[in-house]
Amino acid sequence: MEIIKPGIDLDFIGKRRIAYIFSSILILCSILMLVVNRGPEYGVDFAGGTVIQVKFNKAVEVNRIKEGFGVMNLKGAAVQRFGVETQNEYLIRTNESLMTDENFSGRMTRALSDATGAEAEIRRIEMVGPQVGETLREKALFAVFYSLLLITIYISGRFEMKWVVSGVMAAALIGVVYFFSLFNMSIPILILAALIVTLFLFWQLRLRYAMGAIVALIHDVIITVGIFTFLGKEFSLPIVAALLTIIGYSLNDTIIVFDRIRENLRRYSRRPLDLNINRSINETLSRTLLTAGTTLIVLISLFFLGGDIIHDFAFTMIVGIVIGTYSSIYVASPMLLLIESGEPSSGEPAAVPAAG
Amino acid sequence: MKGLTWRAGLTVAIFIAAIVYVVPTFKESVWPHKKINLGLDLQGGMHLALEVQTEKAVEGTVERVRSDLRSLLRNERIRHGELRSAGKTGIGFSLLNFEDMEKLEKLIQNNYPDMELRSTEKNEGNLVVTLGLTDASTVEIRKQAVQQALETIRNRIDQFGVSEPDIRLQGEDRILIQLPGITDTKRAKELIGKTAQLEFKLLDEDHSVGRAVEGDVPPGSQVLYASEQAGGVEKPEAYLVRKETLLTGAYLDDARIQIDQQFNEPYVTIDFDRKGAQIFERITGDNIRKRLAIVLDNKVYSAPVIQEKIPGGTARITGSFTMQEAHDLAIILRAGALPAPVDIIEERTVGPSLGRDSIQKGLFSMIVGGLLVILFMAVYYQVAGMVANFALVLNILLIAAGLAVFQATLTMPGIAGIILTIGMAVDANVIIFERIREERRLGKTPSGAIAAGFERGTITVMDANVTTLIAALVLFQFGTGPVKGFAVTLSLGVLASLFTALFVCRMIFEYMYDVRRMKTLSI
Repeated sequence: MEIIKPGIDLDFIGKRRIAYIFSSILILCSILMLVVNRGPEYGVDFAGGTVIQVKFNKAVEVNRIKEGFGVMNLKGAAVQRFGVETQNEYLIRTNESLMTDENFSGRMTRALSDATGAEAEIRRIEMVGPQVGETLREKALFAVFYSLLLITIYISGRFEMKWVVSGVMAAALIGVVYFFSLFNMSIPILILAALIVTLFLFWQLRLRYAMGAIVALIHDVIITVGIFTFLGKEFSLPIVAALLTIIGYSLNDTIIVFDRIRENLRRYSRRPLDLNINRSINETLSRTLLTAGTTLIVLISLFFLGGDIIHDFAFTMIVGIVIGTYSSIYVASPMLLLIESGEPSSGEPAAVPAAG
Repeated sequence: MKGLTWRAGLTVAIFIAAIVYVVPTFKESVWPHKKINLGLDLQGGMHLALEVQTEKAVEGTVERVRSDLRSLLRNERIRHGELRSAGKTGIGFSLLNFEDMEKLEKLIQNNYPDMELRSTEKNEGNLVVTLGLTDASTVEIRKQAVQQALETIRNRIDQFGVSEPDIRLQGEDRILIQLPGITDTKRAKELIGKTAQLEFKLLDEDHSVGRAVEGDVPPGSQVLYASEQAGGVEKPEAYLVRKETLLTGAYLDDARIQIDQQFNEPYVTIDFDRKGAQIFERITGDNIRKRLAIVLDNKVYSAPVIQEKIPGGTARITGSFTMQEAHDLAIILRAGALPAPVDIIEERTVGPSLGRDSIQKGLFSMIVGGLLVILFMAVYYQVAGMVANFALVLNILLIAAGLAVFQATLTMPGIAGIILTIGMAVDANVIIFERIREERRLGKTPSGAIAAGFERGTITVMDANVTTLIAALVLFQFGTGPVKGFAVTLSLGVLASLFTALFVCRMIFEYMYDVRRMKTLSI
């Protein structure tokens, strides 16, 4: 069976400007979204606060629940349904990090049961102090940055044999970022600056595979976060895990294409670069789509059947993989062309060792 | 083709080893290996992060030196003004005679190696002296406090009897505690969070308690309130207590729960060590017919009248305890006081029913997703697809075995990681199969196409998986609890799929086409 027929020849490179515009719009919208919202919507993991998950043994009114914890003196608490309606499960969330001493859950259960007339069961309490939230936020940003950097070292090492150059560069960047982070700098701004410097360095050092890969990855992460924020979902630890996995995974497709580009550049060195890139994308199109497809199958199953705790995680992965597949076709590979044309002197294909 | 036998042997050996490790998880008594650990989010339990208020330990040390120094100065006949605290780590006072300075310096050097002379200043004929903790000893006190808090909490939890608790240090002053299967979270928190500073103080019976409560507290005394157990829930009784602590829990040897025969009420007996017993005998002897308050964490538990001198070093703490409260109090006293109070800065509690739901749903979505992938591979790649499917099943088995071997913890995101691996494991096969198809189109024989397909596909598969592995390792560094579980299963999954796709599948194909010399390639 074949879905994508061999010999397929779509003009991806020719349409790259359309893709650039499309991607730029998405990225701009995402950034705008984040600016307007003043950053992503943080869950308790990152903002600090308390979440209480309660299950009732029969249907209850939301107002009654509010009455119930009104007694408990929770300031600014909000209730939302959790999962499907028939489960009668609710999340109560406040921004305060409640000191849940003095038999808090016992009193809470009683207050809720009294107010709603249904039996309440507290199934989960998560209390995160504000200082913990802030530490985690910073750690998450660092994790994203470091994984981007490490992966791109690997790419430029493997594809262009520039282990030393990219390694020294990454070490310097990590050192500088660490140095500045000691001075109470705003971590988000620091990481942003570091990313821009990284891109600039890749450009200067003509590490074009790494450049293509990191641009595509940043593209994926920003758009995924944008869509996530647009839908009003909350950032939690598993979501960061999903983003890091997307960084690792969305590169799989990119690597498949890059591998083929490298191979074709060697085999058809007289062919113009854009033609070679376009051929490579077409030749690997089948596996790019299939690998994404099998992963999407399991993720969709996880999304629908995995339960509510893992819902947002599955959702983020699905969005990320769709965007990642798009970007490895339309963003990462055409980026190679961009650097090439910016540097007319480097017409020769990068010196590549034997690899398939 | 080369070495097909040893490769098959190795695969079978790994397969059997994996089964050996996985079986105890499903049927415990078969052979004694530990089963796969379930995370708190799957089996229910409590996760706590505590912050040790180390500055309180520092303040405490300075406070002790201050009261100690006062009597020392008196003994040495050094005339001085009031000893005030100066900043968080300093003590300031004025010397009335300049000549005493030399004596003071020697005194400090000999008695308080942690303190240094910060400044001296002439002021209205006096010499204002400021002493302070050295920076090195401040750091040391903080470090000690955290270390001691960790030990104490570990002791308390051990005596409480939680199966497989995990207590560890995080950063400089945080303690992470995982208590799987705990249902009575209130009790656990009280047991862990109580400072348990036991003090014996005399009541100030010369002044009126009522006036002190209104704000007129006589110097040298303080108002303390009765504990919950002493009927202090609604309107706790106030006591006027002398500030001076006569005896602390530091001299405690043992604490046990006992039952009052008369009222059938539990109470806690404490035994002092030899020095403590001497002190106790002295204070009871010196203060007959006065009231001695037993104070725990600044709450008065009782204030009995001393009837006679008590030798032997035994005292009892009474109150209307329940059995459980008395039992826990004895544990806390035995394990000792925390060197500084702790704050609970993070708490996650998962009830057992939620955990069961999560497991069920996680497994169900894994089975459905897995079957869909298996179906797809069988339809799309036919016989080759079935080989890939066999590899997939082996892959999942290997992840499970990996969890058991490394005693890693399976969490809900961890299950998601396994599910994700199912999707990604066949990716490696897809890459290779597509390559084989390409080689076939170029006109190669099945055997040639397979050789070329694996040859070229291997590097691509490696590259693709290494990047995922890098992300997983960074995630492992960053993550806490559940997320770490995800990083673990993802890493295991990547490694397992490299093995199954590149080693096992290749072996099967080579057997089919090089040994059995099958003519048609169904891919």
